[in-house]
Amino acid sequence: MKFRNFLALIIVAVFAFIIFQAFTIVPAAGEITINKFGQADLSNRTASRYINKNVNSDSKKVIYKESSNLESGSANIVTSVVANYRSFDTLGEITVLFLAAAGIAIVLNLEKSEKSRFAAKEASLILNTGIKIIFPLLLLAGAYIFIHGHLSPGGGFQGGAVIATAFLLKMLADYKFEIKEKSITLVESAAGIVFVGLGLYGLITRGSFLENFLATGTVGELFSGGTIAVIYTAIAFKVGAELTNIVKSLIEA
Amino acid sequence: MPLISSFLILIMIIAALAALFFDNLLNSIIAAGLVSLIASVLFYFLKAPDVAMTEAAIGAGLTTAIFVLALYKTERGKSE
Repeated sequence: MKFRNFLALIIVAVFAFIIFQAFTIVPAAGEITINKFGQADLSNRTASRYINKNVNSDSKKVIYKESSNLESGSANIVTSVVANYRSFDTLGEITVLFLAAAGIAIVLNLEKSEKSRFAAKEASLILNTGIKIIFPLLLLAGAYIFIHGHLSPGGGFQGGAVIATAFLLKMLADYKFEIKEKSITLVESAAGIVFVGLGLYGLITRGSFLENFLATGTVGELFSGGTIAVIYTAIAFKVGAELTNIVKSLIEA
Repeated sequence: MPLISSFLILIMIIAALAALFFDNLLNSIIAAGLVSLIASVLFYFLKAPDVAMTEAAIGAGLTTAIFVLALYKTERGKSE
């Protein structure tokens, strides 16, 4: 067994031990009460708080471009939930997507004897020229969607999907265009490291994983929302790399 | 708005049935993509623009392309 494999095994074992320890924590008496169905007091639930607090603050009025230093300075409620309050779920979602991409790549690379690209000949002139024009515009649209994820609808997943679509069109039009396996791996793992690193930094400085530790700024400005924009950018790169990898392995299989 | 919605839902149902009953699989895939596209418009009407964007980008765009690629790999590439 190589040293790297041994190191990975040790890290996984340590994390498994920590997770197992977390399951054995018993809450103190009176901390958690589970009512019968239909008798639960929803006003004490976290979800109710999120709905009633006007997303950005505790039931006080939020004025666009004026209110500042709110709990989560995102103007978009969905982003508030996805990349701040429930960002641990998002980490899980991205892991699921990663496993799907890895599975597709493994299955399709099993019998990759001779290289047979989907379009092993020159695409038509219209497709080729059109995609030359539309490819940078699509990349720009994807970047716009994920950079403005905390201000307007959309975000990391949508932006990543648009970027992957751009690469799909490019691969269809130009059979010489090739993305290196290494660059996809690099982008994907760097984005993952940024995401988990931000989470760990929040854990160290503020005491909970993926805590929003930056200043949230003024609602509606580009630099607001603290870590939300950074996390969504990381998500966009990760999702874009994963979906591009799925498409690439399908085209090149 | 209810008129447009019901019209779109009608087209969606027809497209879904067409996706089931078409003999040619490529036509089925395109009909399934149409279902996703109309679903994204309906999500937008229901004031869920985030879901609408996801549905349009992934459901109508990438999934259709992946299905077409898979169809080409499994059937068409070998018979020709």
